[in-house]
Amino acid sequence: MTTSGVSVVEVEDLHTRFGNHVVHEDISLSVKRGEVLGLVGSSGSGKTVLLRQMLGLEIPSQGSVRIFGQSVHESDRNELQGIRNRCGVLFQRGALFSALSVFDNIALPMRELHTLAEPMIRDLVMLKLEMVEIDSQHANKMPAELSGGMIKRIALARAMALDPELLFLDEPTSGLDPVLSEGFVNLIQTLRRELTLTIVMATHDLDTLAALSDRVAVLADQRLLALGSLQEVITTRHPFITKFFLGDRGKKVLGSIGYIS
Amino acid sequence: MPERDDTQSSMKFSRVTGQGGESCLLLTGNCTLSALGRRMSDLSDELTSYASDPHLHWDLTKIDQMDDAGAVLLWRSWGASRPEHLSVRPEQERLFSRLGKTPPLPSLPKKEPLWLVSRVGGGAILLWEHLTSIVILAGQLLLDMKYLMAHPARTPWREISANLFRTGAQALGITALVGFLIGVVLSYLSSKQLQMFGADIFIINILGMSIIRELGPMLAAILVAGRSGSSMTAQLGVMRVNEELDALTVMGIPHSLRLVLPKVIGLGIAMPLVVMWTSAIALMGGMVVAELQLGLSYQFFLSKLPDAVPLANLWLGLSKGVVCGMIIALIACHFGLRIRSDTESLGIGTTNSVVTAITVVIIIDAIFAVIFSDVGIR
Repeated sequence: MTTSGVSVVEVEDLHTRFGNHVVHEDISLSVKRGEVLGLVGSSGSGKTVLLRQMLGLEIPSQGSVRIFGQSVHESDRNELQGIRNRCGVLFQRGALFSALSVFDNIALPMRELHTLAEPMIRDLVMLKLEMVEIDSQHANKMPAELSGGMIKRIALARAMALDPELLFLDEPTSGLDPVLSEGFVNLIQTLRRELTLTIVMATHDLDTLAALSDRVAVLADQRLLALGSLQEVITTRHPFITKFFLGDRGKKVLGSIGYIS
Repeated sequence: MPERDDTQSSMKFSRVTGQGGESCLLLTGNCTLSALGRRMSDLSDELTSYASDPHLHWDLTKIDQMDDAGAVLLWRSWGASRPEHLSVRPEQERLFSRLGKTPPLPSLPKKEPLWLVSRVGGGAILLWEHLTSIVILAGQLLLDMKYLMAHPARTPWREISANLFRTGAQALGITALVGFLIGVVLSYLSSKQLQMFGADIFIINILGMSIIRELGPMLAAILVAGRSGSSMTAQLGVMRVNEELDALTVMGIPHSLRLVLPKVIGLGIAMPLVVMWTSAIALMGGMVVAELQLGLSYQFFLSKLPDAVPLANLWLGLSKGVVCGMIIALIACHFGLRIRSDTESLGIGTTNSVVTAITVVIIIDAIFAVIFSDVGIR
């Protein structure tokens, strides 16, 4: 997958404080079109907060976040809707609408566009379900009747409903068994071959991180510790990076794919 | 509209003649949902008319990007099958082969012919279920009380006092406001009527009897049912959604002892106090208006009140408070524990809980009125 020079997400000089508690201090990063950025950090380091700020769900204390060149916190309604239609979000626990069936959950963003005819929506939804390997018999079920792994995959199908150019994934493989999470990684790789897809992904899972990310951003001690390819990042000397990437598990994962000996 | 880069140009198609002299439709540009936008339905018609020619060669290899929506658009215009002559790139090939495999949406089960009978029957069974499970819950509470008599150290005092504070102390503001206003209105209307007969003095009897015996307890009960009942149901419901109830069960902490009993006892204690408070404030409102409208002084009003209203009425009002409080908490907990782990059931459960609690409170009031029809009335 080629990455062109256009920045899709730009975070500039971002500070976040909750009362006296400082979460982020002076964070700047950009995500280029077509690349996958992995966000890692210990729990409580503000990965999810940063992701929520990129989505416009939270307003940073200072600094700006621009998506497709437009500020997510200062744009007007129409501009923001334009941005949102080009983004897909997979929340950590799926966030499926529990009052709607699986089918309606995926169809909702398509119906909201008001440009697609209902028969076409039906075909598209079934195609998305097929894509995430959910059997068609589950289409009329309610989210409460589904297992955690299925909820995650259906949530991904919903995030992909509008074929977004930019995809935000919050812990995409947590709660999936290894087979499913490998399937998930394959799925994302296939999608990237077919479409120019830019992905921002917060994750704890080293396998997913190593398999998907073009670049990795490490958040710890309120700062952006390192930003670069996985090989570059693991050369940074910091206790968190050493523990996370070069601990027993990290060595096993990174060693098996030839990053470290 | 946001500025788009040049790769976002929408799809175009042109009829060309291929090398072998065949007629060929060449598609270029972007065949994606965001690029097609509002042209979707027009394009669909246009493509369908092209697809009616079976000899047309479709050339999709010059398309920059095609996503699922674009593929479905083409697929539908072809009548859900491949045209005879089609040249595609490998990744497009994958999309179409996936489309070919996609199963149709399974149809929803049809309405059965006897749906009316099954609805009525289902409703009756549901009512029976509610009744039995409330009785079971109440019985469980009695067993818990017996257990606590034997093991007083296990009494959940903290939870009881927390419930007392939430349902009692924090309800004082709203009950005072409503009570005062009702007292004012009642006193104003009654004094207007009494003035016509020159029976001003009876305002004390009317206000005293109606407020202490009926209005105070009822107002307090309905407000508390709406306020505390709904919050108890929602709290238990959210605990179910969050699997907190299951966590308690696996720790061996029974729901009834730790969650239901403190609420029932807490509201059972708080309610008569709230009733007394509401009655007192409502009487105060009435007294203020009686002074303004009829010129009855406060001292006179208060000194005449014990003669006009026998003490039994106060006990009756307070005991209504105890019964209503415990029943409201019981109903709220019953509905809260029935909530399943989805948000819709949470909403329905809370609504049902409040509606049922208010209805039952009024029924209890009617029962009290019949049983104690001879008590406290001269």
